[in-house]
Amino acid sequence: MRFVSSLRNVSYSFALALAAACTLGAQVIVIQNANILPVTKPGFKGSVLIENGKIKEMGEKVVVPAGAQVIEANGQYLMPGIIDCHSHIAADAINEGSVSVSSMVGIEDVLNPTDVAIYRGLAGGVTSSNILHGSANAIGGKCTLIKMRWGKSASEMVFEGATPSIKFALGENPKRRGSAGSGPLQGAPGSLRYPATRMGVEDVIRQAFNDAKIYQAKWQEYNAKTAKGEVAIPPRRDLKLEPLVEVLEGKRFVHAHSYRADEILMLLRVADDYGFKIRTLQHVLEGYKVAKEIAAHGAGASTFSDWWAYKIEAFDAIPYNAAILTKKGVLTSINSDSADVTRRLNTEAAKAVKYGGLTETEALALITINPAKQLAVDNRVGSIEVGKDADLVLYDKHPLSSYAVAQKVFVDGNVYFDRMKDIEERGKKELVKKQMIDRSKEQERQQQKKLGPPPAGARRPA
Amino acid sequence: MTRRILFSMAACAATLVAQADKKPVAPAAAGADNSFFLRNVTVHPVTGPEIAGGAVLVKDGKIADVGAKLVAPKGVKVVDGKGLHVWPGMINSATQLGVQEISSIRETVDTGEIGTFNPQLRPLIAVNPESEHIPVTRANGITSAMTMPSSGGGGGPRSAGTSPLIPGHVSLMHLDGWTWEEMEIKRNAALMIQFPTIETRTFNFIEFAPGRTAFTEAKRFYDRRVKELNDYFDQARNYQKAKAAARPDFRIDLAFEAMLPVLDGKLPVIIPAPDERTIKGAIEFIEKQKLKGILANIGRAGTTLELIKAKNIPVIIGESTDLPDQEDDAYDKNYARAADLYKAGIKFSFGTFDTQFARNLPFQAGIAAGYGLPPAEAVKAVTINAAEIWGIAGEYGSIEKGKWADLILTDGDLLEHKTSVKQMWIKGHAVSLENKHTKMYEKYLARP
Repeated sequence: MRFVSSLRNVSYSFALALAAACTLGAQVIVIQNANILPVTKPGFKGSVLIENGKIKEMGEKVVVPAGAQVIEANGQYLMPGIIDCHSHIAADAINEGSVSVSSMVGIEDVLNPTDVAIYRGLAGGVTSSNILHGSANAIGGKCTLIKMRWGKSASEMVFEGATPSIKFALGENPKRRGSAGSGPLQGAPGSLRYPATRMGVEDVIRQAFNDAKIYQAKWQEYNAKTAKGEVAIPPRRDLKLEPLVEVLEGKRFVHAHSYRADEILMLLRVADDYGFKIRTLQHVLEGYKVAKEIAAHGAGASTFSDWWAYKIEAFDAIPYNAAILTKKGVLTSINSDSADVTRRLNTEAAKAVKYGGLTETEALALITINPAKQLAVDNRVGSIEVGKDADLVLYDKHPLSSYAVAQKVFVDGNVYFDRMKDIEERGKKELVKKQMIDRSKEQERQQQKKLGPPPAGARRPA
Repeated sequence: MTRRILFSMAACAATLVAQADKKPVAPAAAGADNSFFLRNVTVHPVTGPEIAGGAVLVKDGKIADVGAKLVAPKGVKVVDGKGLHVWPGMINSATQLGVQEISSIRETVDTGEIGTFNPQLRPLIAVNPESEHIPVTRANGITSAMTMPSSGGGGGPRSAGTSPLIPGHVSLMHLDGWTWEEMEIKRNAALMIQFPTIETRTFNFIEFAPGRTAFTEAKRFYDRRVKELNDYFDQARNYQKAKAAARPDFRIDLAFEAMLPVLDGKLPVIIPAPDERTIKGAIEFIEKQKLKGILANIGRAGTTLELIKAKNIPVIIGESTDLPDQEDDAYDKNYARAADLYKAGIKFSFGTFDTQFARNLPFQAGIAAGYGLPPAEAVKAVTINAAEIWGIAGEYGSIEKGKWADLILTDGDLLEHKTSVKQMWIKGHAVSLENKHTKMYEKYLARP
């Protein structure tokens, strides 16, 4: 799905170099005269002191340490960095769709730190993004939470210490390979994959956890024996079942792609039966119909603002979903699932004020502290509080306004996006690009001189 | 992505659908329920300065007076605007409302007919007035919309084949009415042309994988398609001459009949032109055939803005919130598109080019305003400019004496995401803002 010409790759590395250059070293920064929206506390006008990548102090006035860089906000709005709870950017592969249980694979192995979607997301105020496996199978692959450290390596982007997680999927997508058709991801006749129905989706998950329980018991037995000093043969390691045992033991979160109320309820009951928790229901478009049951299970909900009607299981989706779920006590977030929408989650959240009347703070929580809690990183990010990571966005207007544009975005106290700088550097980048194109054309000419005229009908170089 | 697919996919094989080209008489709109006096509102006429503490007098569906010091005439129903804002109803300049219910289910999609040249088709007669999308879109302050055909074989990205060159007309309709006849503003609002593009990138939907075609091959195909299109127009002109000559062997041809208003320059052609090359090609074609043109979705316009301005061609923007096409494009390239057009002096309006997000028209304009378009111009783009582009500015698009009372009452700025639409009138009739989503909301909020 990705088209990368060599030229783009080169101009890209140039952008990378520029980005990396502006984020060297953790400085002491004071952002002053900002309208601060901490989300977990009432907003106020004041300053934030950043030291060693953390928020050291905040208040109406803070003492500016000697040598600190002062950023004059002039009444602009400072909010916590946006956390996108559902994204597929920065990954070279999304779906291991060949099997119905693909818990052995993981996104961390295919992270692509040069995906320009990271920079574009940053420019939209996103500082952390949950990169999920696709929804082609009932039990998908392992997910990776990243910080948008544009210019850093894949391993440096991983949100250190975050609880591991895995993707599940219900409904139309996991059953698609079970029916023959010419559409994308559908099966070819003769190579259909179980399941083809929502009944089968439940069965796949139950079978997998049944196996996981048996596998877990073998290890428990082995561990008990070795603890007693007995000689025992360890069970054969199973990389597919291991993550599911971690789910059973609460060490790995489940993020479950779901649409309809029936399948949501089904999954909650399967989890209840096997004694584990669904951490978040993703999309959860009909979550509003079973909000009570979701709240009782303790699952979070991460939904779209207003997507609907693109398939039959999305036909009862309503833009009031986030508001109803919030009002009925479900920890709710709004996500993008898209390299496009992730760039304006601030206004996606604003829609929850319009549809269902959430307060502005509740709306901001949908894209900051709530996803932070869902991903269990709320001790680090999701609000502006002393001691938390300095992952911040400075908007020129209130972030819920249609007219708001992110001006500066900080991750770990470093400026990773600066709108003014981006605009200033455009001319220079264009020039470098032109030089590279010219050089490449010149090389081509030299090459052709050496080789003589190309044969008739030869391909023009792309 | 959806939009690009809509414009580039289709099937071919000619089918002609017979139909009578009689425009129905507009339903008589007289009656007490379309006369009222709206007081205590901030009026945003759009074509003039806002009027705080103003009023609007509506008589028989039309705006009879607007001002700050109006007095309610005797016997007219008074509506208290409670200090809210009144705006002209918004016009979405590109949708597939009424002809597409669930995009992935072919049976619910009537956007694309089979065949290369189908000028005789018009989506209005296939509009389902009970589509759930219509009241959902209306609820966000959109009173009328252009609805358009696109790809072939029922539409949707799964159909394979070459694109049609003329998929049909686009229609302009009110988002209210018991039947499509009652919804009609203009059944033939413009002729849609899917101008050929040079596509070296291809996508195989059967294998769901990208591919590449050599440039020379793509160019050859492009040249052939452009010639085909020109040939078709030439044939239509020959038909026109034959008709004028009233030759005894002259026979009516429904497809060519539908071309006549276009050939006469009475009806514009609307051409999606995603890149520089296509824009230049389309403009050359418009000039050569002496047509009235509208361009749409000019995503990679490059250096052509001056040319578009010089030719005075209006543009329907659909790409404001799309991702930039190239990886090394400026991150805000499409956000800033409307501002670029404004600075170049080009007239434009916005369209969403789909059904699902048709209600998000004001947000598209609002975001464009964040990236350099003056907010007042963003409001014009979704009201009066759209009306002008569609040739209905004498009747719609602003709050002015003599125009139809397509009005909305909001609790705030027209283009803010947080703003709610509190009331709507179409031709002076109060229209319900209830829809599938509000009903489900109320039902499930009340679940014990």
